[in-house]
Amino acid sequence: MSKGRLFAALLAAATVALVVIGTVWPVPSAVAYAGGASLLRSSSTPEEAVANLGDEIRMQAWGKAYASLANKAQFTQPEFVHDLTGYYSSLRTYATVENFEVRPLHASADEAEIELKLHWSTVVGASVSTRDLHVIRNGDRWEPEWPIAKEPIVPPQVIPVNYLRWDVIYRGPGDDWGAQDVEAPHVRIVDMHPVERADGVVILGELLNEDVVPAYVSVSATLLSKSQSPIATEGSFDKISHLLLPKQVTPFLIKFPNVALSEVGSIRMTPLSALIAASADPVIEIENEQLHPAPGASLTGQLINQSGQIVNVAHVLGTFYDKTGQVVWVADEYIDRALLPQNPVPFEIHIPEDLARNVSSQRTVIATYSSGGAQ
Amino acid sequence: MRTRSAFLLSGMAVAMMQLAFAQDRSMSLPKTVEAGNAFTIQSTGSGKATLYIIGLGQVLKRDVQLGEATFFPAGSLYNAGHYLAVLAGDSSTESDSFDVVPASKPADLSFLARPSRLPVGLHDGITGAVYVFDAYHNLIAAPTPVSFELSNPSGTVQKRIVLTREGAAWTGMDSTARQGMDRFVARIGEISSARVVGQVPGDPCGLKMNARQSGQQVQLVTDPVRDCNGNAVPDGTIVTFTEAYNGAQSTVDVPLKHGIAEVQMAGHNGATISVASGVVLGNQIRWEK
Repeated sequence: MSKGRLFAALLAAATVALVVIGTVWPVPSAVAYAGGASLLRSSSTPEEAVANLGDEIRMQAWGKAYASLANKAQFTQPEFVHDLTGYYSSLRTYATVENFEVRPLHASADEAEIELKLHWSTVVGASVSTRDLHVIRNGDRWEPEWPIAKEPIVPPQVIPVNYLRWDVIYRGPGDDWGAQDVEAPHVRIVDMHPVERADGVVILGELLNEDVVPAYVSVSATLLSKSQSPIATEGSFDKISHLLLPKQVTPFLIKFPNVALSEVGSIRMTPLSALIAASADPVIEIENEQLHPAPGASLTGQLINQSGQIVNVAHVLGTFYDKTGQVVWVADEYIDRALLPQNPVPFEIHIPEDLARNVSSQRTVIATYSSGGAQ
Repeated sequence: MRTRSAFLLSGMAVAMMQLAFAQDRSMSLPKTVEAGNAFTIQSTGSGKATLYIIGLGQVLKRDVQLGEATFFPAGSLYNAGHYLAVLAGDSSTESDSFDVVPASKPADLSFLARPSRLPVGLHDGITGAVYVFDAYHNLIAAPTPVSFELSNPSGTVQKRIVLTREGAAWTGMDSTARQGMDRFVARIGEISSARVVGQVPGDPCGLKMNARQSGQQVQLVTDPVRDCNGNAVPDGTIVTFTEAYNGAQSTVDVPLKHGIAEVQMAGHNGATISVASGVVLGNQIRWEK
């Protein structure tokens, strides 16, 4: 009992001591977050000026970030904020800057070029954006110029669309038990094969909706050992386009970390499909798709929203084939900007260097999400 | 001593009477009773007893006068199965069993038709299964002819008559070459049950597009897209246009609208433009401005 009291007294004393220390000698970041003195640097060099801007963007101190710019007369603070977070709802709207990198590109006595790489944390993972900033000397300080990219504004208008929409009525509780429910869409795996990678086994393939109704799809796979006992079961998660319109094909990729292909005797694939209410809108054109060889192998292109509906999130899935037409890799990228009608948005999907030399063709599909749910 | 002897004699007399009662008592049961029908159970002997009828999920209890018939009105026993009748007197019981069988007249059908949607032209693609029940939902195990009829809006009718086995009958039907909502009916006498089976077009067949200049772009339009039986492929079906040029390509997935797919693409000089839907390839066009 006496030991417990002594321990409680020690804890209370330690807590009071720490509170006093934290109040009298606070760490700079705590002062900054509390609205006190800034933890920013002096901006006496171009790198420090851009690093200060990066910190302000990370802390979402938009006013301070805007005030630090040399070219703020060219745009307003809301335009600056929209350039960073998007004017329309998108992945960026709810993203925060996790960290940033500053890299000098060129410098002279009065001006410099600095690359600012912002690492955003979004709901679907990390997203990187890079801006090259022109930095100029102003007395004993350096001030960055923000390369504003004004997002086009869609003027208020009415765009008539008459694309098909499917709605579903399922069987109700009052129906005769023999009455059949609406049939689930018929889907088929048209290609599938496993690939061994450094971090485990990856299953690549393609799934076709061979029905006349839209389907919500996913694929799971179970690896079986040579004695037919299950090793592991995994799903495609987001490495698939979950909404398939009639006769549409999606690639899928399923990862089995820490499994060697030599352990696998067979694979049991389980495609899942369910009817889903869907619209044939929006139509997205993928323009100027180009395969770039290693080093830095990638697929680039532009997405053009041909519909009137604003697409808040677009998910680009690339399927890469070898000369025989076999799938060699599936990769994806989320577009962190909203797709506005007829406004091209670039994308870049990276291809593993070791596989890039086998790639001879590709096919790209887009999954889109608009506010109000998957369309 | 005389009193004790009188008690002993009267006790023996009562015992003898009870023995006589037990020996005289008996039940006369029907071997089978049709579900829901009235029936009687005749007993012999004299005195009072209690009659229990015990079956799956149902127990009846009647106070009976031995020697008289006990009447059970229609609807007393309606679940088919094996029943036990127990006649319980003061000192002994007697039991016997009988069966309640389904009514011979079908009153209800449970009809399972699968699938509710399938492509045209599939042999035995449609399955129908029927279970025949009486008015009390007892499965009628006696062989009963069931008529299956699949009719297409175009007037094509497929008809099969199948005898039930152990209460069930099933058949397979072909989907026809014409799309539409087929009516699948199972019938026994006046009783019928209907289901709707959607026959939908198959894969596109002979997919063909045409190209024409539209300003600086190329306008691509398919011919009306049909399957190999001539059925129009439904709107919303995805048609993929691909334009390959100078090592790059552009792709767009377009849903069919009013039976055709239509799109504008950049139309680079010398580009190869192809069209596909699902796993079906269409024609290719080399575009020269």
